Amino acid sequence: MIGNLSAGIFAPTTILGDYESIATTTLTSDQATVSFTSIPSTYQHLQIRALYKTSRATSSVGAAYLTIRANTDTASNYSFHRLYGEGTGAFADGATPNATYFNGGNMIGNSSTTNIFHAAVIDLLDYKDTNKFKTMRSFNGADANGSGNIALFSSNWRSTSAITRLDLQADAGTYNLLSGSTFALYGIKG
Amino acid sequence: MPATYENIATTTLGSNQSSVTFNSFSGYTDLFLVCAYRDTRAAEYSYPKIRVNSDSGSNYSWTHLYGTGSSALSNRGTSSTSIQIYEGAGDTSGSNIFAPILINFMNYSNSTTNKTILIRGNNTSNVAGNIVAATVGLWRSTSAITSIEILGDSGIKAGSSFTLYGIKAA
Repeated sequence: MIGNLSAGIFAPTTILGDYESIATTTLTSDQATVSFTSIPSTYQHLQIRALYKTSRATSSVGAAYLTIRANTDTASNYSFHRLYGEGTGAFADGATPNATYFNGGNMIGNSSTTNIFHAAVIDLLDYKDTNKFKTMRSFNGADANGSGNIALFSSNWRSTSAITRLDLQADAGTYNLLSGSTFALYGIKG
Repeated sequence: MPATYENIATTTLGSNQSSVTFNSFSGYTDLFLVCAYRDTRAAEYSYPKIRVNSDSGSNYSWTHLYGTGSSALSNRGTSSTSIQIYEGAGDTSGSNIFAPILINFMNYSNSTTNKTILIRGNNTSNVAGNIVAATVGLWRSTSAITSIEILGDSGIKAGSSFTLYGIKAA
């Protein structure tokens, strides 16, 4: 159904093929890992759009990280850093060389935050390029009306391998992803 | 059945308006609103607002992260009647300056979560103190979003443009 506007005119246009949905997962129970496997090599970039939460029993808006591993690599081949604001101040940290995951963003905990989930838009650029290490960018945040966290993350995987699989977890499996969390993977053609 | 990424509606204002509203969209997972924004406020900057489903109650909150060119800062608003956007261009910005504002309405149609909104904005006026910003907003309701209203700070300047895209997950 086409939207209406209270001012101006509109011209609906369908963009076909350049931005495609690859797979979507919505958890019906708490789970340690969400995996996207057999990622096709037909795109230039990937994007994950997510609404997610950890089952960890804390009200913190930074209860865990959304950790992402490529091609089941759990070795110290990643690094990341972040810039974030919590309403009371702006901070920068991370700069973690030799991390064991991409950092997809902060993650809100499951106490005193009923029905509030963290949101993230995560870009993985040139994911199949065998001449580049892989770069991930995340724009993520959650607000809980009196607490909040809005953040920009950048991560790197020091591998020239094409990415064919992504595994998403809360703190590398230390906590579970909460039922109701949803992760959608899209491919963008170059 | 909509395509994965579809232009739902677009408009460029031919005259100043107090607000712009989008409604009656359906069948998508996320909505993405792209704005080129200038306000009628007599300042270099402006703070337009987001309201959904015509809800003018104190059901909104937000957290900002922004840089001024000399500092990185953060602030928040709680129990507000709308979500504040950092930052649009005001009407004493240089000629032809319209600030880019990008708004993600995540999983807007589900009936189980409060609605989280991610916003990127920056005022591109050539003056010190104008900002680049990221914002997370919350509408404390599990209702599906059925209308989106962008309200001007003082008013929305003619020439401002808005394009609403729908993104459909598999």
